[in-house]
Amino acid sequence: MAGDIVEIVLRAVCVLAAFLVLPLLVGQTEHKVMAHMQGRLGPMEAGGFHGWAQLVADGIKFSQKEDIVPLAADKRVFRIAPALGIVSYLFALAVIPLGPHTVGADVPGSLVWVLAVGGIGTVGTLMAGWGSGNKYSLLGGLRTAAQLVSYELPLILACASFAIAAGSLSLVGIAHAWTPWWLLWQLPGALVFLVAATAELQRPPFDMPVADSELVMGPYTEYTGLRFALFLLAEYAGIVVMSLLLGVLYLGGWTGPFDHQIGWLWTLLKGAIFAVLIIWIRVAWPRLREDQLQRVAWLGLVPLALLQLAITAIGVVVTSR
Amino acid sequence: MTKFLSGLAKGMATTARTMTTHAHTQQYPHVKPELPSRSRGVIALLEENCTSCMLCARECPDWCIYIDSHKETTPPTTEGGRARQHNVLDRFAIDFSLCMYCGICIEVCPFDALFWSPEFEYSTTDIRDLLQEKETLGQWMPTVPAPEPLVPELPQTEAQQLVVDVEPEDDPAAGRTTKRGAGEVPRPGTEEQP
Ligand code: SF4
Ligand code: SF4
Repeated sequence: MAGDIVEIVLRAVCVLAAFLVLPLLVGQTEHKVMAHMQGRLGPMEAGGFHGWAQLVADGIKFSQKEDIVPLAADKRVFRIAPALGIVSYLFALAVIPLGPHTVGADVPGSLVWVLAVGGIGTVGTLMAGWGSGNKYSLLGGLRTAAQLVSYELPLILACASFAIAAGSLSLVGIAHAWTPWWLLWQLPGALVFLVAATAELQRPPFDMPVADSELVMGPYTEYTGLRFALFLLAEYAGIVVMSLLLGVLYLGGWTGPFDHQIGWLWTLLKGAIFAVLIIWIRVAWPRLREDQLQRVAWLGLVPLALLQLAITAIGVVVTSR
Repeated sequence: MTKFLSGLAKGMATTARTMTTHAHTQQYPHVKPELPSRSRGVIALLEENCTSCMLCARECPDWCIYIDSHKETTPPTTEGGRARQHNVLDRFAIDFSLCMYCGICIEVCPFDALFWSPEFEYSTTDIRDLLQEKETLGQWMPTVPAPEPLVPELPQTEAQQLVVDVEPEDDPAAGRTTKRGAGEVPRPGTEEQP
């Protein structure tokens, strides 16, 4: 019994450590990759070597700022909102496997769990938009809600395709069922997932809710200091979760040479590929207009995801015969 | 649709190419910039050349040059000679919080006492400290670069030809150049060297 509790605490601490370190890594990568893609160097001073401690310094700066709650805000909602985004991705990260046994919590329906708690983060943004008592925040929050409704559907359909192909709802089971054929067979689904995940994270080119030229900073307009930092952390934690998820679903997670010893490294590497891709998309592409955003979801992604479902179903029926 | 997709692909390709090329950033405090010699960094004063004629102070559009001087009389050096008077510069100051770097003072100085220097690191924490006295202005003299050649973009031979064109009678070689006709200046490097 005591051993169980120690193990649970240990696993929770490991997940928390990963949750605090990986988003910072992604953030630093974004600083550097984006800078070099724009012909700059990015942070070079903080910490000495190529500005490796820039985000730590940013965090210290954020924590020193005054905690301001607007007079017109719904104060309780305003204060809780950032926590929701963080917690949702923390819960999601807990069930994503790095190796067949390297997983925070090995639950049977982990794919369903990730999708379910992943949506909570958006509710946090919606609460921030509503609670700020600011028209820009409210508009941004409503745009977030519209985006969630539109893009959650293709995201779930794409995930369903992976689940059908593997015959399992558990991420560990899906990664076990993975074969190199999936690279071709599940390609449309992976594309849909990537686009929908980027939209879910409200990253450019899908950052209409925080469109700075129209809505100041969308739902985050009124936030400063640590609460704002939490929203930022949630965004990067979201990239980590979505990238690792896609790495596990589409690239087979820990599958690779020497996967008994360094399987977790393969998962992280595959996740890193998608994280860099999400960063790259942000740098290269212009922002979509609100109506274009909805058009891409309903006329592009949903039919493509349904097509992928059909292809997957046919494939499963033919091969299981 | 294909245009849209090819546009997206082009965006990815351009950013990827930029990422692999060298960044343009200059790491300023660690690496000093190489400024062209015509840079308008600060105005240096060569005190020995200044006659306190006040032309610069009067032409300065925002009156940020302060000059104080007095006259001194030098006694005659030879018997029955005349005593000479000359100006002694007591104070020469430029208020760089007002200066707009128009360069009029430098242009107008008849005695070549003012020069542009590319030196730019003289910011202060108090705006009043930007009033630089003649001692400081003099300290910037060593940073003044040597003047550039008058016609830098032409090779030396052509610059000489342009000068020779004015008086073609004396030099038979120069007479040839005038026959080419005005306005037909050969491109640098294409004409044969004399
Ligand atoms: S550069 Fe122009 S503004 Fe500055 S001191 Fe000279 S004349 Fe005055
Ligand atoms: S114009 Fe030249 S010589 Fe006359 S006061 Fe100014 S710096 Fe001195």
